[in-house]
Amino acid sequence: MSYGEKIDIIDIDYTWSLKNYIRAFDGVYIVTIFKSIMISAITTIVCLLIAIPVAFYISFSSIRMKSILLVSIMLPLWTNLLIRTYSLIAIIRTKGHINSSLEYLWESTNNLLNFFNLANYEIMGESFIPLNLMHNNYSIILGLFYIYVPFMIIPIYLVLEKFDRNLLEASYDLGANHIKTFFKVIIPNISPGITSGIILVFIPCLGSFIIPDLLGGADSQMIGNIIERQFKSANDWPFGSALSFILIYITLVIISVRHVYSKLYSKLHLRGNL
Amino acid sequence: MKKSLFYSPIDYARNKYLKYITIIFLITLYLPILNLIIFSFNDSKRNILWRGFTTKYYNKVFENDVLFSAFLNSLTIATISTIISTILGLTTAITLWKFNFYLKKYYDIALLFPIIIPEICMGISMLVFFNFIHWPNFEIWPLTLSNIIIAHVSFTFPFIAIIIRSRLTILNNDTLEAGLDLGANNIQIIRLIILPFVKPAITASFLLAFTLSLDDFVITFFTSGPNSITLPVKIYSMVRFGITPEINAVSTLLILILIFCTFFLIRYLSKNNKEV
Amino acid sequence: MSDKKFCIELKNLTKRFENTLAVDDVSFNVEENEFFTILGPSGCGKSTILRLIAGLEVQDQGEIIINGIDCSKMPANERPVNMVFQSYALFPHLNIKDNIEFGLKIKKIDEIEIKKRVDEILDLIKMRSYINKYPSELSGGQRQRVALARAIVNKPKIVLLDEPLSALDANLRIDMQRELVNIQRNLEMTFMLVTHDQDEALSISSKIAIMENGKVIEANTATNMYEYPSKKFSAEFLGRINIIDGYISNNDNQKIFKSEIFGDINLQNDIDIPQDAVLGIRPEKIIIERSSKNLENRIKTKGTVIDWTYYGDMSYITIELNNKKKIYIHVQNIHRNTLQELKIGKTLRASFDINDLIILEK
Repeated sequence: MSYGEKIDIIDIDYTWSLKNYIRAFDGVYIVTIFKSIMISAITTIVCLLIAIPVAFYISFSSIRMKSILLVSIMLPLWTNLLIRTYSLIAIIRTKGHINSSLEYLWESTNNLLNFFNLANYEIMGESFIPLNLMHNNYSIILGLFYIYVPFMIIPIYLVLEKFDRNLLEASYDLGANHIKTFFKVIIPNISPGITSGIILVFIPCLGSFIIPDLLGGADSQMIGNIIERQFKSANDWPFGSALSFILIYITLVIISVRHVYSKLYSKLHLRGNL
Repeated sequence: MKKSLFYSPIDYARNKYLKYITIIFLITLYLPILNLIIFSFNDSKRNILWRGFTTKYYNKVFENDVLFSAFLNSLTIATISTIISTILGLTTAITLWKFNFYLKKYYDIALLFPIIIPEICMGISMLVFFNFIHWPNFEIWPLTLSNIIIAHVSFTFPFIAIIIRSRLTILNNDTLEAGLDLGANNIQIIRLIILPFVKPAITASFLLAFTLSLDDFVITFFTSGPNSITLPVKIYSMVRFGITPEINAVSTLLILILIFCTFFLIRYLSKNNKEV
Repeated sequence: MSDKKFCIELKNLTKRFENTLAVDDVSFNVEENEFFTILGPSGCGKSTILRLIAGLEVQDQGEIIINGIDCSKMPANERPVNMVFQSYALFPHLNIKDNIEFGLKIKKIDEIEIKKRVDEILDLIKMRSYINKYPSELSGGQRQRVALARAIVNKPKIVLLDEPLSALDANLRIDMQRELVNIQRNLEMTFMLVTHDQDEALSISSKIAIMENGKVIEANTATNMYEYPSKKFSAEFLGRINIIDGYISNNDNQKIFKSEIFGDINLQNDIDIPQDAVLGIRPEKIIIERSSKNLENRIKTKGTVIDWTYYGDMSYITIELNNKKKIYIHVQNIHRNTLQELKIGKTLRASFDINDLIILEK
């Protein structure tokens, strides 16, 4: 059951040329690939910024609290991706909960202003304009963040669990404050968890197509959407295969970089039985 | 006794900023799902304002034949594919653990491949594969699902193999030698030592594979045909169509099933951890 | 006392954890250049005192004055103290040089000064050839030295050592004890060590404080602590001791201790002695008598050997007296041919000097 084989056979079957790969690198497609990478990278950074404090809080909690928090982080992972995306739509769509709450706020403020005969000044604008939260790149990032952030928290939490608390104490004792300790002691020591988290978030983000499909607008599609279109509607299978192979190549490059890095890391810092 | 009012500077569990971030984060994580569950009981088509409690959308779901058959398909696929991939995963794990063979190292890496690569690549490779070998389009019911079952086996069995294998690595070779020393033959060793030892891992990975299969959308999306619609695929087409309370109801049911499975998995694992 | 400056003054220090009182109203002073040891069984709160001084825990009540400055509310990173951790807590991502420099770089001391100080310290701990190694590549003893160097390179007012030698094996531990004492004397720094090992405490400290259940029950110089303890707990904790139960009666201006085991013992009149006191005698102060003549100021007894443990240089024996009481005697094995006398079942005469008796408060 070697997957490499299957895909190879398809390439042989259809074409020996690199035409499809070249096509992937021109015009619209390269822009989309670049944009997908950018969106995934931003999502990864946002996940990282949230995951570190949350993982920190969990790992320092009492044992009881810890298991409650961990289960709460894991539980959404067992909920269907589609359902979670859908539940997010219900909140952020034009007639969703955020906008209706804002509209309610707007109306009550306006009524209040009317009451004081200030309505003529139109301080609040002529009418309520709903925020456009859906169908843009930010909504995709929000969706991806919402779906994949547990994958960032868990590996960081796992390394923090193994992290020797005495190192923090030693650092404060030697005169470093919280911020210096964070950058000079904590970050270098939890970096294996951070890299795992980055890979676990970045790769699925890059290959996602449901979230940009449901949350994104007309001009905000990612590689996944183009691949899907090649197979489901445009019927250009070889090109779709070429694109998905580019995706696999990116994945493999990231994984091998990480592999080399982790080898270096263990060689440098964690030799022996520490 | 009175608790200490002053705490250590590294006691980050008491840091209020970290606490607020975590609380806000958890609210964000659960708000949409809770909203979805609550509004599945809402007596309004618009799904935005609360108009009273109702279960009529659940009745609608149960009366909906397409949804029901999709759900049945999902369950059938999950059951059959999990049974096959458990057997496959168990034998793979034992083989990789016990025997050394040519290119074993690469087989190990190949096993990780379906887990690592983006799901969409897995899905289209399955689509291309079935097309390439001209997999027949069956008309009779369980056979219509055959290609999805095969696809699901191929993406769930690596998980099973890896979980069982990591359990097997704890099993000491001395234990097996002790078995041989006490007069057991190879079959008895597998039956009396290895299988009971990996049983918790088998159960855990079975449940994991079952939920993965039940939950999968991307791979199924590319391999399913008009006769083999699963519940997630059906939900997808409903979501594309618009927001309705019916979707909320179906989703709530699916969430409950998955939470139920997870609950048993966690219960089972924690019980087993105590025994060891 | 003398006009020596106090390096650390603790006043009514109290620290409560979830449901235990870890440190209960502790007050004591540490003089400059002292090697001060807090000795106590595990869980008595001795490490907590160290952590309170370092600022790694915050006290519920009380004051910590370091070098005349009230540091009670000062954060850990600003206190002029450094700690050597039980697990060493060396930064695994930094090499030895960076580990030692960590504190100096944080304080933004200039490069030349850093280099000078690190060079000095590397010579002191004899680790110059290891500067580019990582902690995981070092042995336990080497890590221990680096941890010590990382603390003393900052020239703290006091170096706090939290059971620093407990992870080392027996021989290495004795070498490191000597080295610690030498370093402390050379640098003329104040060291404060926490341990549960009484031999370690006796051999390295100039002063010992004994703790039990969050309270410091006694503090004294090392020799006084062993020879003249005033509390039963500290006498028993510092080494084996025969406890002589009994009560005091004042007959004809003569204080007499009436004991079940040795009969009446005349005590010096001028000694102030609490009513519930007991007497104690260290096993090595008891000697085996070969003649039966009466000796002045000595208490004599006779019994059968019921247990004999042979340590090569010493024999630890237990004899049972006629009144079924047991006493421990530590005998030096001076002659080979006298070992026969110690065999189980043999009858022995033993005696000790009244002046070696210790009066102990319960």
